[in-house]
Amino acid sequence: RFVFRMFVMTKTKKTLAKPNVKNIVLVDGVRTPFLLSGTSYSDLMPHDLGRGALQGLLNRTGVPKEIVDHIIYGIVIQEVKTSNVAREAALGAGFSDKTPAHTVTMACISSNQAMTSAVGLIAAGQCDVVVAGGVEFMSDVPIRHSRKMRKTMLSLNKAKTLGQRLSLLGSIRMGHLMPELPAVAEFSTAESMGHSADRLAAAFGVTRVEQDEYALRSHRLAKKAQDEGLLSDIISFQVPGKNIISADNGIRPTSMEQMGKLKPAFVKPHGTVTAANSSFLTDGASAVLIMSEEKALALGYKPKAYLRDFVYVSQDPKDQLLLGPTYATPKVLEKSGLTMEDIDVFEFHEAFAGQIVANLKAMDSDWFAQNCMGRKSKVGVPPMEKFNTWGGSLSLGHPFAATGCRLVTTVAHRLQKEGGQYGVVAACAAGGQVFLTCRLLIHAVYAVTAIRLSSACL
Amino acid sequence: MNQKTQVQIQCTTIVSLTRTHVSYEIKDDVAIIRINDPNSKVNTLSVQLQQEMTEVMNEVLGNEAVKSAVLISSKPGCFIAGADINMIQACGTAEKVSSLSSEGQKMFERVEKSPIPIVAAINGSCLGGGLEFAIACRYRIATKNKKTVLGTPEVMLGLLPGAGGTQRLPKMVGLPSAFDMMLTGRNIRADKAKKMGLVDQLVDTLGPGLKGPEERTIEYLEEVAVGVARGLADKKVPMTKTKKIQEYVMGFEFVRNQVYKTVNNKVMKQTKGLYPAPMKIIECVKAGIEQGPDAGYLAESQNFGKLAMTSESRALIGLYHGQVACKKNRFGVPDREVKTLAILGAGLMGAGIAQVTVDKGVNTILKDTTVEGLSRGQQQVYKGLNDRVKKRSLTSFERDSILSKLTGQLDYGGFEKADMVVEAVFEDLNIKHAVLKEVEAVIPPHCIFATNTSALPIKDIAAASKRPDKVIGMHYFSPVDKMQLLEIITTDKTSRDTTASAVAVGLKQGKVIIVVGDGPGFYTTRCLAPMLAEAVRVLQEGVDPKKLDTLTTGFGFPVGAATLADEVGIDVAAHVAEDLGKAFGSRFGGGNVELLKTMVEKGFKGRKSGKGCYIYQPGLKRKDINPEIEEILERFKMTPHPTVSSDSDVQYRLVTRFVNEAVLCLQEGILNNPVEGDIGAVFGLGFPPCLGGPFRYVDSFGADKIVEKMRRFEDVYGNQFTPCQLLLDHAKDPSKRFHK
Repeated sequence: RFVFRMFVMTKTKKTLAKPNVKNIVLVDGVRTPFLLSGTSYSDLMPHDLGRGALQGLLNRTGVPKEIVDHIIYGIVIQEVKTSNVAREAALGAGFSDKTPAHTVTMACISSNQAMTSAVGLIAAGQCDVVVAGGVEFMSDVPIRHSRKMRKTMLSLNKAKTLGQRLSLLGSIRMGHLMPELPAVAEFSTAESMGHSADRLAAAFGVTRVEQDEYALRSHRLAKKAQDEGLLSDIISFQVPGKNIISADNGIRPTSMEQMGKLKPAFVKPHGTVTAANSSFLTDGASAVLIMSEEKALALGYKPKAYLRDFVYVSQDPKDQLLLGPTYATPKVLEKSGLTMEDIDVFEFHEAFAGQIVANLKAMDSDWFAQNCMGRKSKVGVPPMEKFNTWGGSLSLGHPFAATGCRLVTTVAHRLQKEGGQYGVVAACAAGGQVFLTCRLLIHAVYAVTAIRLSSACL
Repeated sequence: MNQKTQVQIQCTTIVSLTRTHVSYEIKDDVAIIRINDPNSKVNTLSVQLQQEMTEVMNEVLGNEAVKSAVLISSKPGCFIAGADINMIQACGTAEKVSSLSSEGQKMFERVEKSPIPIVAAINGSCLGGGLEFAIACRYRIATKNKKTVLGTPEVMLGLLPGAGGTQRLPKMVGLPSAFDMMLTGRNIRADKAKKMGLVDQLVDTLGPGLKGPEERTIEYLEEVAVGVARGLADKKVPMTKTKKIQEYVMGFEFVRNQVYKTVNNKVMKQTKGLYPAPMKIIECVKAGIEQGPDAGYLAESQNFGKLAMTSESRALIGLYHGQVACKKNRFGVPDREVKTLAILGAGLMGAGIAQVTVDKGVNTILKDTTVEGLSRGQQQVYKGLNDRVKKRSLTSFERDSILSKLTGQLDYGGFEKADMVVEAVFEDLNIKHAVLKEVEAVIPPHCIFATNTSALPIKDIAAASKRPDKVIGMHYFSPVDKMQLLEIITTDKTSRDTTASAVAVGLKQGKVIIVVGDGPGFYTTRCLAPMLAEAVRVLQEGVDPKKLDTLTTGFGFPVGAATLADEVGIDVAAHVAEDLGKAFGSRFGGGNVELLKTMVEKGFKGRKSGKGCYIYQPGLKRKDINPEIEEILERFKMTPHPTVSSDSDVQYRLVTRFVNEAVLCLQEGILNNPVEGDIGAVFGLGFPPCLGGPFRYVDSFGADKIVEKMRRFEDVYGNQFTPCQLLLDHAKDPSKRFHK
């Protein structure tokens, strides 16, 4: 699970700068449109989308390719042909072949891992300019031959005589032909994410109506943001041989009645998680440009945000798989010396409506805080008017490894737009891990904010 | 929202009155009937519970506002664990038990025919009468909790499902599955029950939320059940469809007859006709299906009454109570919990002990002297756990995380953290002494040293110890993961805390425990030795191993004497016979030890060496008599005495020696009480469960008759058949009994 917090600062408030630690800034972030898998992107490969996002970042920031020290990219379901997808995407996007690139994976917080790795490299003084991002491509996933079949095929390579080969071929049975699909299930518990979300919702007594209402809110807010042109992190993507894609296609505000008609998707027949209140399988890629503040200023950039603290936490993968944000949020706030009230913008990853509502209930529960978190009192709930106001993963889509960068860029943009100062990003991920980063954001586009920036630094 | 809540409150009536076991609440149009026995960890169908349930049923069914009902237990981990055994035992006559049964039948018939749908919401054990209650309901919902098990264990108590179970179960799950359930008494997990059609819907267990996981899971189960109950009343939830093909096939009389015949044969083969309950179960099912429900219910209640009065049922119920008693620590809570346990020797025993320890979350060190031995032992533990993964009682992830607590090593590293060391090295006093000294040099002062031996006196082993108060015997039975018994042996010097700690570890390992005094062969080995000596004599007298096995299994032993010797190991048997022969003299004689020794010399050490009394071939189930043994038997041939060599006499010769030795152990104070004697004999040595153990057998068969038989054998064979004083006392005074 992954939680991110971002903050915009003013003169009067704390800068969150730390002595002897470099200020690290988000210069800009972009993403391809997020599409339902199996739609317009369906003939591509993962690195194609990654290429699109990286190229978009180059175009938008105009950063000279040769000054990029390192590229880190996240992915969850790997295409075996491009196991280091970071390198393939970077080369294809026109980055210098002298820039090293590596791939990271950490389930749904893979690009958060990419970004915090970048922060680490810069903070350690090893790099000044790092590109981070993530891609997920669910239109095509590796489906393997069965283990038995693979074993036979590998033995065929070693068979020397025709007789040996024929006898190996002869050993193939119907059972060998059964393919292996990649599981969207926890390896340790063999439970699918949706099933876990349904149990979580039930544990917190989250009703079907509450889930549908939350999902509808997400879609409505996303539609509004789309209509008002707020989703400016999107860069257009030209699908080879097809048209140009420039908007997300999963945003579908319907009605409670229509959502209420759907049958539960995982726990049958009494479950509450449905296709309409879950995030859908999505194709998409994102990328951000991260620099030391010094370097960014020297290059003449007006950075969008400071990236400050981050926290990863992990819990029991069975019963607390999706509760990361509840655990991580108070930790990162304590680390930054802030309280819930200081935060202007919350961006939480919406895996399932039930999971978000359950987290909100957990944060509002003294029982949970005392019995599960070892705290004296509840964490406190983020006010909804500050929470995912431009839509979220439920409506915009959730390409697993690309979501992290979208959340961070969105916080930066929302802080700019709404004039806030501090933002927080949170997300949950498979394996029961939570990553939470706390970021201090600065409006760089406006003169006023730029002054705040200099005053903060000097 | 507020309005809604108010409406809810108005519609909710909690009816409690003065009832203590059953309560109900009406939510809108659904009555929720909750069961909770305030005096026990489990709910049982006691007189009071049944009475209150009847009252509640009257009120619920009489309330027109109620359109459906849910039956649920408020107790975590238990729906209804069965009928109250004491209630059945208190009846005294078959007629009274029968009427108890027909009352139960009527109550559940009323549930079945209820005009409103009743949904059973099951979390935890749903056994015996509890299951019969559940299957009388219109619909069943069960949690996927590991504790949720369904079954009809009555047969294991020598009884049958006496409240309509034999009539409803075949209709619900089909004839073959119903027979399987009722004749084996095995527990069925929720997922399996769903597949069988025993439950209609499953509900997940929940993690912590705004309340504790168990509490919330029960609440969730109730919510789902209420929804289903309402849906059934509105006809929105369909009834689960039955398996049509099987029903069709079973519609033919000749198919059914074939099933009855097969089941009959199987039962006869396994019980040798010694257990009446399985036959009665078949009879009841048959009566219901072939002659209609009236005949079926009548047969069920009457047979239930008859079975309750049988000595077999009393014996099995006695064992059940004994087992419960032997699952308690009468030595109190030890000063420190054993968190790290080290085992010396990774052989069959050592690895077996490791397996049952490490899966309880105890850090386990397995030490051997060679890499080969260690590797074999670790493989054994892995295989044991992996078999459970294959049976799906464990996930591969759980297996791996359990195994992470097991350390295999060749040195004493880490022993400084051990709270207990169990040695399972070769049965040789010198080796045991050497090991004890080595271990005492590295373990912390509080660490307990337990020795796993089947015959060496613990005080002799403890003689080499600097701290004999920390030395204790823990006699496990092979295979450790299957055999339930653990015999713990204390010496005069063993401290009470050491004993308490050993018992606590054994209980954690899931064992049934008897604690006995020190002496050659302790209790179990000492009882077995004379019987095996007699078995050897029987072989020498010209009875072949197959015949010997038939005679012993015919008496009720699960394993024949010859096969048992092969399983234990001929070398071990020879070793024990010699040691105990030295300790007890001619009383332990009978068969010639040289016969066993000759077999060992020839390499016939039993199953482990592939040859013993029988030949064992991997992959082959059939056992043939080892042809080479005939020549040995010929060499040691003795002439049988015709007066004491009938089949029945041979059986009694074997059994009376066993029983006499057991009674002598009680007389000498090796045994603390007859209950432990019965449990040890049945669970450790396979004494016929239908007889309930040697002490219950003396009670039921009559000490005087046993003495009479022994006197007859004594005339021929001498002191091996001299009855001990305690047995004589009981023979003289029939009012003296080992069990009340």
